[in-house]
Amino acid sequence: MTLDDLLVLLPFLVLAAATVVVMLAIAVYRHHLLTAALTAVSLVLAFGSLFVVPSVASPRQVTPLFVVDGYALFFLGLLFAASFAVILLSYGYLEKQEGNREEYYLLLLLATLGSAVLVASTHFASFFLGLETLSVSLYALIAYPRLRENSTEAGVKYLVLAGASSAFLLFGMALIYAQLGTMEFSRIASAQAADGNPHSPLVLSGSAMLIVGIGFKLAVVPFHMWTPDVYEGAPAPVTAFVATLSKGGVFALLLRYFTQVDLRSYSSLFVAIGVIAFASMLAGNLLALLQNNVKRLLAYSSIAHLGYLLVAFMAGGPLGATAVAFYLVAYFVTSLGAFGVVTLLSGPDRDADSLEDYRGLVWRQPWLAGVFTAMLLSLAGIPLTAGFVGKFYLLAAGVGPGLWLLVITLVVTSAIGLFYYLRVVTIMYMRPAEEEGATAVPTLSRVGSLAVVALALVLVWLGVYPTQVIQMIQATVAGLV
Amino acid sequence: MILVWLIIVPSIGAILAGLLGRWDARWSRRVSIVAMAINLALVLYLWLRYFSPSALAGQGPWLVELEQPWIPQLGISFHLAMDGLSLLLTALTAFLGIASVVASWNEIRERVAFFHFNLLWALAGITGVFLALDLFLFYFFWEMMLVPSYFLFLWGHERRIYAAVKFFVFTQVSGLLMLLAILGLYFVHGQSTGSYTFDYMQLLGTPVGGTLATWLMLGFFIAFAVKLPMVGVHTWLPDAYTQAPTAGTVLLAGLMAKTGGYGLLRFVVPLFPNAALDFAVFALPLAVAGILYGALLAYAQTDIKRLVAYSSLGHMGFVLLGIFAWNDLALQGAVVTMIAHGITTGALFILVGALQERVHTREMGRLGGLWETMPRMGGVTLLFALAALGLPGLGNFVGEFLVLVGTFQTNIAMAVAASAGVVAAAIYALWFIQRTFQGPNPLGWRLPDFSAREGALMAVMVAIIAWLGLYPQPVLDAAGQSLANLQRYAGQPRAETSRYVGAGVPAGPPPEAEVAALKDQGANMGRAKLLLSRTTLGSKDGSAGASPSRFGPAGTPAPTQSVVPPRTPSRGGEP
Repeated sequence: MTLDDLLVLLPFLVLAAATVVVMLAIAVYRHHLLTAALTAVSLVLAFGSLFVVPSVASPRQVTPLFVVDGYALFFLGLLFAASFAVILLSYGYLEKQEGNREEYYLLLLLATLGSAVLVASTHFASFFLGLETLSVSLYALIAYPRLRENSTEAGVKYLVLAGASSAFLLFGMALIYAQLGTMEFSRIASAQAADGNPHSPLVLSGSAMLIVGIGFKLAVVPFHMWTPDVYEGAPAPVTAFVATLSKGGVFALLLRYFTQVDLRSYSSLFVAIGVIAFASMLAGNLLALLQNNVKRLLAYSSIAHLGYLLVAFMAGGPLGATAVAFYLVAYFVTSLGAFGVVTLLSGPDRDADSLEDYRGLVWRQPWLAGVFTAMLLSLAGIPLTAGFVGKFYLLAAGVGPGLWLLVITLVVTSAIGLFYYLRVVTIMYMRPAEEEGATAVPTLSRVGSLAVVALALVLVWLGVYPTQVIQMIQATVAGLV
Repeated sequence: MILVWLIIVPSIGAILAGLLGRWDARWSRRVSIVAMAINLALVLYLWLRYFSPSALAGQGPWLVELEQPWIPQLGISFHLAMDGLSLLLTALTAFLGIASVVASWNEIRERVAFFHFNLLWALAGITGVFLALDLFLFYFFWEMMLVPSYFLFLWGHERRIYAAVKFFVFTQVSGLLMLLAILGLYFVHGQSTGSYTFDYMQLLGTPVGGTLATWLMLGFFIAFAVKLPMVGVHTWLPDAYTQAPTAGTVLLAGLMAKTGGYGLLRFVVPLFPNAALDFAVFALPLAVAGILYGALLAYAQTDIKRLVAYSSLGHMGFVLLGIFAWNDLALQGAVVTMIAHGITTGALFILVGALQERVHTREMGRLGGLWETMPRMGGVTLLFALAALGLPGLGNFVGEFLVLVGTFQTNIAMAVAASAGVVAAAIYALWFIQRTFQGPNPLGWRLPDFSAREGALMAVMVAIIAWLGLYPQPVLDAAGQSLANLQRYAGQPRAETSRYVGAGVPAGPPPEAEVAALKDQGANMGRAKLLLSRTTLGSKDGSAGASPSRFGPAGTPAPTQSVVPPRTPSRGGEP
């Protein structure tokens, strides 16, 4: 380890130090605003440190475990920004809650750190460590409002299923190690080439188990069973975290792993991922049609969106990687915005997750309704929003290598998707029921509203003038391929 | 820059109408009218400037053009351009925009601000569709007009949500198919030339293989056919047109249907000339089926709005027929029909809306004898019903006549069958007047006649439809050159048409006398006569795709003048 190595790891070090600082601060003086501010500042510092790294060296392999390259830096920036938005949303949400609020931020920082480790890993060990740091923090975050029944249920459900998926992941890693004798991604690739038999049963079954473990984290069909319950039970800002940071980090890792270890060399795995993508798009969109709970609806829609992402992932190549990265950015902004609105409307006792909570929203909260409309339209892929450019990119990536079946599935299922997004939108613009003295207008958190409006602006900016972000993605992400 | 303003003005108007309307609803209406009036003034200014006889000579394919890089990484540019065809349709958009605002003056009483926001936003999207020359940008605007038009249904009638969702799903699915076709074309072009671009002018003349060309063409075709709508994909139409509020219906029938026709003209045939002409075997019968089916079902309706909706289906059949007949007269006819249908159907829907506002029913059985209580409204309705049935002297006649004449040259059977549709139109149009305005007034309706605002709007619309019927020359002039260009982009497809006339037509150059005769015949058609060039370059057997002369030169950015056979009278050469 040289000084340069440490400098390159600065973003991680800042985050790790911040958790300690925040923990000590809570021990000395328990204060909600102070803790939240400390967390936010540390994320800003971590984000700022990303700009120090390229001046040292990029890409740079630090120990066999990490590589800090443009790809990692881009996703780190995305994760930190998203985590920052989650904190802004959480503050107002937690203000309304009873009980200790401060540890929440500690867990949030740890989870962010875990997901940050994922995007820079080049080794099974760091992959697993990052994933577990993320998961363990999430168990606690999901069950944070411990007096709410469905939160506890969701936490336990996530614990059991994530534990099982980690077991699969470990077993898969062990099998690959047993055959190839290495856990480094690049060496796996070269060992495999030297091995000359890409269809060795150990490597194949090991990789299949890796996909099971990753599939669970990404909540793609058939590993999606936990998603609606966890989305519904978790506090709204945590749901936003699960939907974005947790999935984004894992997807970045998936892309890195299967770019180095060429996915197309395993034809059976390629087909399997194709089936997963197909099933996710179909099941996600069809099941979302049946939901009357906004959080569950968004959960199923996120299953479908991960299916879309897999299409570009399978397409591969620079265009595929750029499409994945851009869609992830769009998906992050959109999901954070959508769950942000849910967060803002939530009260102390329950989250605003019933469709009825949104009836006539435009009369009570016109700006919020506008933001939510923009987010839903972006999820549906309507122009002027980031989702449109993102979906266009995905389709372009899919059409290139001729994945026609998947591309047509994407088209057909996103048309199905329109139904339920429009359903929510329509409800917001309907006349509210008359006798509504009971549901007082909740006071909106200032910080949270600001965050949500900023997200909406970013959404439109990405939808109208995505050139700059695409340039940035091409400069960083495409270097991976 | 003026083209950007055409899109920006309604967008800004939308936002202003949305904001000011929260404070005072009247401001929404005022802002909307002003915004569309500015657009109309801009378009008319362009019309006067570029279609004066002196300005016509030596003009490029576009009157105004603007190109800015937008997302250069993907070969996407912000490319707007206007030719005569776009100009006519943008003028129609601006005018019907004003008409919709005026027509909904009394009808829309709640959420006025949001209504006008959506209306203007949709109008901005439609204007963009008519101007975009980059396929990505085109798709962008194409989708942009959808959501606001969906929202317009919120002010509609009983089954509005059902109708809105049906409309939205039909158009969205077909739109996504078009997106796939756009992407397919993008990659085919990129792989064959190495330059990945969405630019229309560069994509023209992309050599696409036979089957793939058919699939890509179908992707575009379905999207446009749904909007048109063509019979078979029209099932959303009666519900949507009936359930939307008046302004929404005017927007859907008067303008969005035109985006379909425009798309067929601008994209389907020029981009895939051979595939499109092979497809004409199916498209022409479908068009005729639409004409007859629309007329037949219009006759069977008891709901007056549904009646007008089905009549609209019939009229758009003429547009489809004209486009796929693909010769000068038929194309001119299709364009005139589009404009005239926009005015006629717009006016009829406004009248029906005004009637429903007064009697609170659309059921013909409950109406009758209204002439005695509303003579002015009765007279205007009669006039537009006559226009719809194709009475000479009114705009629709010119369009339908040209389409029929043009079709007759390529396919006699279809022309004959389509003429039957004109007769059927007379039946339902007169039946409609008979049942509503004539006869006894059993329920004893006593209704207020036109207000000054309605009267003024109708006076303008009557003037336009009469102008189109009596002196269509300016419209023909405006459309002529763009149609000539489109035909040039498509190569020489009219060689193909011999197949529909019959095998006996000689494939060689036609006798000079015939050309002269045709020129005389077209003498009154103004610019149309310039285009009358019976060049038959195609191979004798007319097999599709075999003759390279019908393609633009492969790989060149745009088909140049060189594809035009030397015998085609060049524009400049005509005194």
